Amino acid sequence: MPFGLLLTSGKKYSSEENLKTTLPFQKATLPGEKVYKKYCISCHQPDGGGVPHMNPPLINTSFVLGDKEQLIKIVLNGLKNTKIEEKAYTNPMPPLKILKDQEIADVLTYVRNSFGNKASVVTAAEVKLVRSKVK
Amino acid sequence: MKKNILISVLLLSAAIFAIFSFTKISSSTKIIPLPKADIDNAGLTLPAGFSALIVADNTGEARHLAVTKEGDIYVKLGSAKDGKGILFLQDENKDGKVDKQSGFGDYGGTGMYVKDGYLYASSNTDVYRYKLNDKDEVADQNNPEKIISGLLDRGEHNSKSVTLDNDGNIYVNIGAYSNSCQESDRTPGSLGMKGCPILDSAGGIWQFKADKANQTYGDGVHYASGLRNIVGLDWNQKDNALFVMQHGRDQLHDLFPKYYTTKQSAILPAECMYEIHKGDNAGWPYIYYDQIQKKQILMPEYGGDGKKTADKKYLDPVVAFPGHLAPNGLLFYTGNQFPEKYKNGAFIAFHGSWNRSPEPQAGYFVAFVPFKDGKPSGKWEIFANGFAGQKNLSPGSAKHRPCGLAQGPDGSLYVSDDSKGTIYRIMYQKK
Repeated sequence: MPFGLLLTSGKKYSSEENLKTTLPFQKATLPGEKVYKKYCISCHQPDGGGVPHMNPPLINTSFVLGDKEQLIKIVLNGLKNTKIEEKAYTNPMPPLKILKDQEIADVLTYVRNSFGNKASVVTAAEVKLVRSKVK
Repeated sequence: MKKNILISVLLLSAAIFAIFSFTKISSSTKIIPLPKADIDNAGLTLPAGFSALIVADNTGEARHLAVTKEGDIYVKLGSAKDGKGILFLQDENKDGKVDKQSGFGDYGGTGMYVKDGYLYASSNTDVYRYKLNDKDEVADQNNPEKIISGLLDRGEHNSKSVTLDNDGNIYVNIGAYSNSCQESDRTPGSLGMKGCPILDSAGGIWQFKADKANQTYGDGVHYASGLRNIVGLDWNQKDNALFVMQHGRDQLHDLFPKYYTTKQSAILPAECMYEIHKGDNAGWPYIYYDQIQKKQILMPEYGGDGKKTADKKYLDPVVAFPGHLAPNGLLFYTGNQFPEKYKNGAFIAFHGSWNRSPEPQAGYFVAFVPFKDGKPSGKWEIFANGFAGQKNLSPGSAKHRPCGLAQGPDGSLYVSDDSKGTIYRIMYQKK
């Protein structure tokens, strides 16, 4: 069963609560891989290692493994001229508001559980909540 | 009999004359034997007769470099290491390997050039020069003359590489702080800004006086425009003209998937070499050069579809390489050590691609283009390969990434690597 379905069915989320869900990732289908290959792979590379000085790696960083709200905001709004783990990267990350809540949830769940990463899943409901705040 | 003696005398005089002429030539050119190459040629694959050695390792992010007439090496680091952004490398025991290293200049940057008694160095906003003594050493390391300041650095394409002509001018690249001048940079489907405003102060080459302090935009000449980002540039002595290598735009498929397949996007647009004269416009962000169709194509951000051409004609490249190889160094070879074929030809250091996926990445080599009378006279070829390691061509895991090029006083070719900071020396020995 896809995570999104598992998490969104039958339960209503309110307030910040749901952003603190710590549901562990379980190896199952990874719909996010498809999204990653379409929108992320050229800058962040097939191994998530990024490009030195240009595009940051998605490995070993609190930007990916830490606060989910911040991470969702980066996908929605993009990111520019921000040091990551004390390193500067020259290319901007474009805003990807065009992605659906479910796509963002899928791809972030994939990124947080690939390339050696291990962190809780991101749900479509969580993305929806953050999107409502940043609008 | 008499006749035979006469012939012998003539032959003998000829032989003596030949010996004397030879002695004269060799004493004036002072032949210093080349150092021993590394057993594995520093891990490089080179044409027959060439060999290589690592002269220094782990120097930092070695961007551009310059070699003095004494054979000492100045290296500009992308970011200062232990507070030193310029390294001075010497080989005191003359075995080819650096055995004495010092540094100065607390700023990172790319540009490094030695000309007429000065060392020129750039940060990402300023250009400095340091007076050299008769041994080409910097006597006052702490007080360079700031010749240019206040150039734009907005992160993207912020290297300010430099070269000089023979009339007291310095040429500085100011790269565009954008991929293709979209309303929203690198965002799928976003269209180009009308009358791209970036071109006012970036996306071109500016000419300044090499000997005048405190210049900024207003003091310079906007020498050429429509150049997205130049890192490798050099003055062609044969042609007395500026040549540059442009980093072409990225991500045609990512941003406009309806017009470009991933396969097309991996090799388009061309990485172009341009011969630049005052007032030239190479067309960024309105057009790119397609090396397959061999023409200028309208950018998709400005109404293009991969086929449409622009009404206006822009400068054509003199050489068009496959896309995304990332040319970071350009050097016209004026030495005598290499075979005749290489004389006055162009060496290009390709840093290596990152936006070719899902196709394999490419580059991470030094290429060569033969030139005759200031124009390319043959096809480009790979000259030195193997910097990245034999298997994994990806920017993050490449062992070394070629960046800068310099010619030594004996005609050896030096290559810098800004990944591990290795400095290579490539030599040719007649068999």
